[in-house]
Amino acid sequence: MSMINYASREINCKIVYYGSGLGGKTTNLEHVYGKTKPDTRGKLISLATETERTLFFDFLPVDLGTIRGFKTRFHLYTVPGQVYYNASRKLILKGVDGIVFVADSQIERMEANQEAMQNLYDNMAEYGYDLTKMPFVIQYNKRDLPNAAPLADLQASLNPGWEVTDAAKQRVAPDPYHAGENLVSQLPTGEWVERAQYFEAVAVTGDGVFETLRAVSKLVLKTLS
Amino acid sequence: MSGSASWSFSEEDSVAMTALLQKFLFESNARCALLVDRSGQLVATVGEQPNFDPTAFATLTAADFSANDQLARLIGETDFSSLFHQGEKESMYLADVARRVILVALFDNRTTLGLVRLKLKDTVADLTKLFHEVFSRGGPGKPQQAGLLAGADDEIDKLFG
Ligand SMILES: Nc1nc2c(ncn2[C@@H]2O[C@H](COP(=O)(O)OP(=O)(O)OP(=O)(O)O)[C@@H](O)[C@H]2O)c(=O)[nH]1
Ligand SMILES: [Mg+2]
Repeated sequence: MSMINYASREINCKIVYYGSGLGGKTTNLEHVYGKTKPDTRGKLISLATETERTLFFDFLPVDLGTIRGFKTRFHLYTVPGQVYYNASRKLILKGVDGIVFVADSQIERMEANQEAMQNLYDNMAEYGYDLTKMPFVIQYNKRDLPNAAPLADLQASLNPGWEVTDAAKQRVAPDPYHAGENLVSQLPTGEWVERAQYFEAVAVTGDGVFETLRAVSKLVLKTLS
Repeated sequence: MSGSASWSFSEEDSVAMTALLQKFLFESNARCALLVDRSGQLVATVGEQPNFDPTAFATLTAADFSANDQLARLIGETDFSSLFHQGEKESMYLADVARRVILVALFDNRTTLGLVRLKLKDTVADLTKLFHEVFSRGGPGKPQQAGLLAGADDEIDKLFG
């Protein structure tokens, strides 16, 4: 739920990093924290277990610049990926403006990714939010590992696209981040589908971390334009 | 609904909130009062400038409140409309306002829980009225909000490359 403060001229938005356990959500925030100037970000708060697994959430506020005289302040949250923390995971989604789904590219984690994606849809639906109609990007993380699944398999499994029924949106829309690919396209069967924007990443080295954050932030601000 | 609705408040709303909080501080002798929205964003701070990170404080307050809401449900209550955390020197009292905002009062032994709670009740009632007004005009597509960034697509593109 973005909040616009006309008194202090700030736009506050909430972005949640979601995904299966150990996928790299916390690592994304740690990289953003480490690479932003101290005057444009706040403290990184982590409510974690002894073994550094997220227990409730991580939180990092960052300023991404000024538009029309308004400071754009993004509140980044991660959820605990472990299955049994669903109650707290759901709480963090409250008032979310944009979602980053962090998928673990390792073949062994395919099923866990799918479960997490289904869980995201379900939890969003319980709040009455429609994931297909809000800022949503997917990050395929851990691309550095030898057991990383091919991108095409991950796309087929996690980002097959949802049907576009709105006639006004039924035209080819190119993917601004991947030349030659489309976000909205027509299947041979005639049906139109839209996919979420996706990014490859190696969160431990920071590859793809800011690309992902910029893309989702941009989508969030565009909902206000 | 596609996502969550956004809300906004004006300079005048901010002045009105501050005035209500100042009145509360004066009457209750609490040190500091904060307003935090349920998604964890700080709306206002009045009184002694806290010597902690207010953004972090706001986030944890919202998380605390929503976790307690769920605990309430587990024991068969719909919610806890207020929470009290007692420390040796510093204590805090949190109260729900219009189901959208949380009022937090920080106080020490210059006052008592009884007085804080009493004065907070009136303040919550006044704030509830104020926020109902703010929210009834703050939805998406409502005049003040629509078009804040209308036509700013180029600027957004430039900022994020
Ligand atoms: N090789 C490799 N390891 C990574 C990458 N990103 C994260 N990791 C490692 O994966 C482990 C888990 O990362 P976290 O960021 O804690 O994962 P999480 O998604 O926050 O996990 P939960 O809090 O349990 O949901 C850590 O040991 C990271 O160093 C990556 O891109 N490549
Ligand atoms: Mg984590």
